[in-house]
Amino acid sequence: MAPKLSLRDVVVRRRRAEVLRVESLDVHEGEVLAVIGPNGAGKTTLLQVMALLERPAQGEVLYDGARARGHELSIRRRMALMMQDPLLLRRSVAENVAVGMRMRGVSGDKRKARTNRWLARFDVAHLAGRSARKISGGEAHRVSLARAFALEPEVLLLDEPFAALDQPTREALLDELAGALGETGLTTVFVTHDRSEALRLGDRVAVIVDGRVRQVGPTAEVFAAPADEDVASLVGAETIVAGRRVASADGIASVRVGRHVIDGLARDGLPDDVLMVLRPEDVTLMKPDEHRPESSARNHLHGTITRITLLGYQARVSIDCGFPLFALITKQSLEEMGLAPGQEVAATFKAHAVHLIARGPSSVGDRQAD
Amino acid sequence: MDLIWDGLREAVRILRTGDNSIWSITLRSLLVSGSAVLISLVLGILGGAFLAFKDFRGRNILLSLVNTGMGLPPVVVGLMVAILLWRSGPLGHFRLIYTPAAMVVAQTVIAAPIVTGFTAAALRHLDPRLRTQLYALGASRPQMLWIVLWETKLPLMAAVMAGFGGAISEVGASMMVGGNLAGETRVLTTAVMLEVSRGDFALAMALSIILLVLIFAVNAVLTAVQQQEKT
Repeated sequence: MAPKLSLRDVVVRRRRAEVLRVESLDVHEGEVLAVIGPNGAGKTTLLQVMALLERPAQGEVLYDGARARGHELSIRRRMALMMQDPLLLRRSVAENVAVGMRMRGVSGDKRKARTNRWLARFDVAHLAGRSARKISGGEAHRVSLARAFALEPEVLLLDEPFAALDQPTREALLDELAGALGETGLTTVFVTHDRSEALRLGDRVAVIVDGRVRQVGPTAEVFAAPADEDVASLVGAETIVAGRRVASADGIASVRVGRHVIDGLARDGLPDDVLMVLRPEDVTLMKPDEHRPESSARNHLHGTITRITLLGYQARVSIDCGFPLFALITKQSLEEMGLAPGQEVAATFKAHAVHLIARGPSSVGDRQAD
Repeated sequence: MDLIWDGLREAVRILRTGDNSIWSITLRSLLVSGSAVLISLVLGILGGAFLAFKDFRGRNILLSLVNTGMGLPPVVVGLMVAILLWRSGPLGHFRLIYTPAAMVVAQTVIAAPIVTGFTAAALRHLDPRLRTQLYALGASRPQMLWIVLWETKLPLMAAVMAGFGGAISEVGASMMVGGNLAGETRVLTTAVMLEVSRGDFALAMALSIILLVLIFAVNAVLTAVQQQEKT
């Protein structure tokens, strides 16, 4: 089956300068493709090309395998785009949600039903009659989400939709978005500069740097094996593995990961199937024969070094503990300890450093655990 | 002072007793200027949207020309239109000179740049991402234009007010291309001029009061709508 949306040999220029070059990028039916990259990397331009809002200087956008050129309006009406700013019109909240459907020729009854359904789904049904100018930023984003989902698009394009919001609101909205995406199974492209958002939502990740797609692949693969230094610094080279909670006590959740039981901080509402995320700089390495000092760190694992990558004054050490674990240490420590691939090593890290998140139906951990 | 008080008293008497010729002049003023404003709205909105949204070489020069056009002296407009519509002029075969249609043309030339300038300014003031968002919601070009105009209806009402004020209060162009013919092309401003030249200040004042009331009424209605929209 042809991908839902494809870019082929796309080049975008602004004032004669090339700002985007994509040889090939596919978005498959039903997947969430997270696009991450630093500011100014060309993420928004990429999304605008996908949304058929910007025509590239060269190349083609394919929709369901067919050239989109010449059919922009009809294809745009099968997609929805949510931007960072909700940009609501000077109308009531309900009219804002309905306006896109009206332009797409959705009948009055259906418009009303979908408006009510999605406003309720995002907990803003009580605002339906209120002027969109008189609601808070968080509420406006909920209305914007309702507006996008009410269109019942085949493809949903999200351009850093919550970047302007404070952390608690962003977290809450991300949860709701993840839930709605799970329910609808919408083909989605999610642009973000926040790798934790990509981790949370993306089935696959495309990393874009300086207008080029540097790496595309399943989220776990890209995060575990960055293709180059830029990608590595963007994805943070984190350890991400699937696990199952086996116990919870005193605010600590014990999670079985392979043959190990790892302690992490328990959050309210955390399900049993979780992903364990660990930043490499939180891992301390010791020689296995060293006397283990008494410490507050709750997690101690043994493994074999598989790879050492030098990153300036730092070294990224890949360890096989039954799952891939990454540690970031200084070059000085590396030399003093005389670490090398094939050696046994002990890794310790605190429960505080272990980030436990809910595992989605198709999340990275499933692949990682393979 | 007596001249003013006597004039005012007489003006009020004329307005109270009513005179068919006064009301026909008033109606003609409204029709001529109303038509000119309507035509200017169509031309000005399309022109303003083009200047606001289209990126092309020479746009700034065109914007400067439109802004200059917002202050065109009516006598100059009258002269240009008269030359064009004069029987031996390039558009003479339409036989429009000294007709209300000629006055509509002249007043449109005065009001259209005002509406264009206001529209372009209002649309350029809009967040450019709004157009992107509307296209992404599935808008065709006319749908997008309709919605952004609806979003800018407050400044656009100011454009209507300014255009109507400019059209109904000008006298030079109407005089030149209309000729101030009784019962045919006489409007409030040209009638005021005529009565002053005749020394009939009372009638001139009565006509001026009607003119002011008309301008006030149109502005009051539009201002009320504007205020309602704001709340």
